[in-house]
Amino acid sequence: MAYPKDFKYTKEHEWIQVTGNTATVGITSHAQESLGDIVFIELPKVGAQLAAGKSFGTVESVKAVSELYAPASGKVTAVNDTLNQTPENVNKDAHAAWMIKLELSNPGETSGLLSADDYEKYVAEEK
Amino acid sequence: MSSTVEGQTLRKTALNALHRSLGAKMVDFGGWDMPVEYPSSGGLMKEHLAVRTGVGLFDVSHMGDILLRGPGALEATQWISMNDASKLQEGQAHYSALLYPEGGFVDDVIVHKLGNNDYLLVINAGTREKDYGWVKKNVSRFHLHADDVGDYYTQIAIQGPKAEATLQKLTNVDLSQIKNYWFKHGTVCGLPNTMIARTGYTAEDGFEIYVPSDVATSERVWNEVMAAGKEFGAIPCGLGARNTLRLEGRMALYGHEISDTINVWEAGLDRFCKMDKGDFLGRAALEKAKAAGLTRTLVGLEAVDRGIPRDGYKVCDAAGAEIGYVTSGSYAPFLKKNISLAYVPPAHAALDHEVFVEIRGQKVKCKVVPTPFYKRAKKA
Repeated sequence: MAYPKDFKYTKEHEWIQVTGNTATVGITSHAQESLGDIVFIELPKVGAQLAAGKSFGTVESVKAVSELYAPASGKVTAVNDTLNQTPENVNKDAHAAWMIKLELSNPGETSGLLSADDYEKYVAEEK
Repeated sequence: MSSTVEGQTLRKTALNALHRSLGAKMVDFGGWDMPVEYPSSGGLMKEHLAVRTGVGLFDVSHMGDILLRGPGALEATQWISMNDASKLQEGQAHYSALLYPEGGFVDDVIVHKLGNNDYLLVINAGTREKDYGWVKKNVSRFHLHADDVGDYYTQIAIQGPKAEATLQKLTNVDLSQIKNYWFKHGTVCGLPNTMIARTGYTAEDGFEIYVPSDVATSERVWNEVMAAGKEFGAIPCGLGARNTLRLEGRMALYGHEISDTINVWEAGLDRFCKMDKGDFLGRAALEKAKAAGLTRTLVGLEAVDRGIPRDGYKVCDAAGAEIGYVTSGSYAPFLKKNISLAYVPPAHAALDHEVFVEIRGQKVKCKVVPTPFYKRAKKA
């Protein structure tokens, strides 16, 4: 699985794509693969304030519940509500099925996250 | 098969290497290293649907088998299990349970009558040692020997509406002549005297076959059944699908719907408990429990609001007071609903009654629905 080079990654398996002060967040292909069939996603409301490293929602497969952790702090500006009806889209293409968009409160924060190459290595070691 | 040291060595079935070569996700299930799902099959959801619409294969060799053999076998079976084994004919099986004198469950079992002095109990994997020790102790005063024969067999479950068409290619037994919960012996994949039972844990039609547990034979039989089922879309299925299939069919799972602190009446298993057959272990306690009345009962819930009630979650009434708990809950892949089984007081058990399951601090509205959630169509 190719991890987009212009994304940053967390050790909790979220991805974040930063453009200036805004960012898009989802979970990685590795995350969807280990979860299995995703059947339920709970996301915050537009306007919610997220703190980096804190839970902002959950994703559930048939077997398991998994927390979503914010890769960066900021205000939620958009939520991908279509995932309520089609959570399986995350299985189909995790890097396209975004979950939330953020207005970053501290864009510098994301510099500590993993690059695509480092994430790929991290996942390989975890296996 | 390695021996179990608590938390260290997981036991393996003869098909373990095959599961791994298929890339199955493996989990520790009751001390056994078992496949939970096969990404190569398309995952849990596809496996579940294959069983509802085609055919799926499960390695259930981790299940235990206890043979009760001797002139006292019927008497012993009657004493240690709650269903009436005297009603069984040769070649017939039934659902039953082993009870403690206090009325709780040691385990649930399928009792097979192999012959007049010959009964086979098929038991759960996680309770094998406990069950065998308990059976051995409680049948000691009868004329028979009790043997743990679980390790001698690889047990493969072939489940789904195309199970019969699949297995029929590999046996000389006319499978259409085996009724539900009956079994026959015959040649399967060239293996003589193989037990073929029309049983399962999926709420679907299907068979369970018992073949020698050496790796070569086990893998050969598995591969031959897979090949025979290919035209019907046969795929390997793991314990994940097994769990969602049995949940849709409201079949109990030990440690969830039944346990040492739950009784038969609460679990709604009355029809498998024959109080008039004579004395048996747990009977007196059950009589008392019946007279005292139910304080809780097992109901089926369907989530009305968004959310998946899962095992152990609290059930509350409309005022927010805790009234019970979920024993098993999941997204139901065939029904496409969030379903669960839960213990609640009888006052909250009426159909369509609304209760609330607490999911991460949120009260999610659910309603009581009829069970089984899924019932397969009767054959024409």
